[in-house]
Amino acid sequence: MSKEWPLWEVFIRSQHGLAHKHVGSLHAPDAEMALNNARDVYTRRNEGVSIWVVRAADIVASSPLDKGMLFEPANSKVYRHPTFFPMPEEVKNL
Amino acid sequence: MTIDAKNAGDRIAHHKLDYLLRQGDNALILSQQLSQLCGKGPALEEDMALTNVALDLLGQTRMWYAYAAELEGLGRSEDDLAFLRDAGAMRCCLLVEQPNGNYADTMMRQFFFDTWHYFLMQALVTSNDPRLAEIAEKSLKEVTYHLRRSGDLVVRLGDGSADSHARAQAAADALWMYGGEMFVYDAVDCALVDLGAAPAAAPLRAAFLEHVADIFAEATLAMPAADAWMQGGGKNGVHSEHLGFILAEMQFLQRAYPGARW
Repeated sequence: MSKEWPLWEVFIRSQHGLAHKHVGSLHAPDAEMALNNARDVYTRRNEGVSIWVVRAADIVASSPLDKGMLFEPANSKVYRHPTFFPMPEEVKNL
Repeated sequence: MTIDAKNAGDRIAHHKLDYLLRQGDNALILSQQLSQLCGKGPALEEDMALTNVALDLLGQTRMWYAYAAELEGLGRSEDDLAFLRDAGAMRCCLLVEQPNGNYADTMMRQFFFDTWHYFLMQALVTSNDPRLAEIAEKSLKEVTYHLRRSGDLVVRLGDGSADSHARAQAAADALWMYGGEMFVYDAVDCALVDLGAAPAAAPLRAAFLEHVADIFAEATLAMPAADAWMQGGGKNGVHSEHLGFILAEMQFLQRAYPGARW
């Protein structure tokens, strides 16, 4: 067994943001301490109102090698953006 | 006002000043001790946590000193109170001047302090002295987190490996005799209790013992006897040999270069 504490990824929901945003990572032996550590390392400047921590090993990521296959086909399909619809003047904040 | 009444008023003001210095000195000396671990914590995350606690305590020190300086009315600044008083004039309890030792020593000292500090701040929030209540309310949020963290680490160390358990138990046994001074009230403490400005000792001590017992049970640590003999003297300026060294390092610059600023 490794003597290093496992790695955790930290997500903070900021004062004005609706979504939790990835801010970095840290080491901790378990979830409770990961939360405490995240508070101590990443919220020193009043950054957030909520913290998520996720074990880095539990994140399933796409492979960089698959980038072409996964994302490039969308490049030529501009019609998927909703910018082609005429919007009525009255509709605001869209 | 009669002379007797004026003398009594002066005496109460003097007691209150002492009481404020005790709070401020506790926070300052513990902050200084934790600051010495900056860059030396057992892990980056622990290192930052210790430094955060040190900064919280330093902020609290400033609030206590600002009020004390105002009450004293001699024109001394917060810095004067921190850097230009020698050991005999410091009013911190013996617990905060005990050495950092190993990490179990550091965290056990912190846990005993935080437990007392938490219950005191919680009670001071309802003090009839509005400034005291205000400082307590501001400190309480920080102290609540300090206590959660140090309690959590005491459980982890106690209920950890055989080595961490032994070190935590040794730290508890060695520091216990410094954890009683805060509950032995003298004329200063009693004057504030009589004013309705500070809480009585008995309920504070009961809450302290109960919380330590809870955490120690979870940590599988043996709690030292509640009625054990306790060291005292710190809050009246009779300190252990450690405080002189702490002050020497902390005050050197202002002593060698009076009024130096950056």
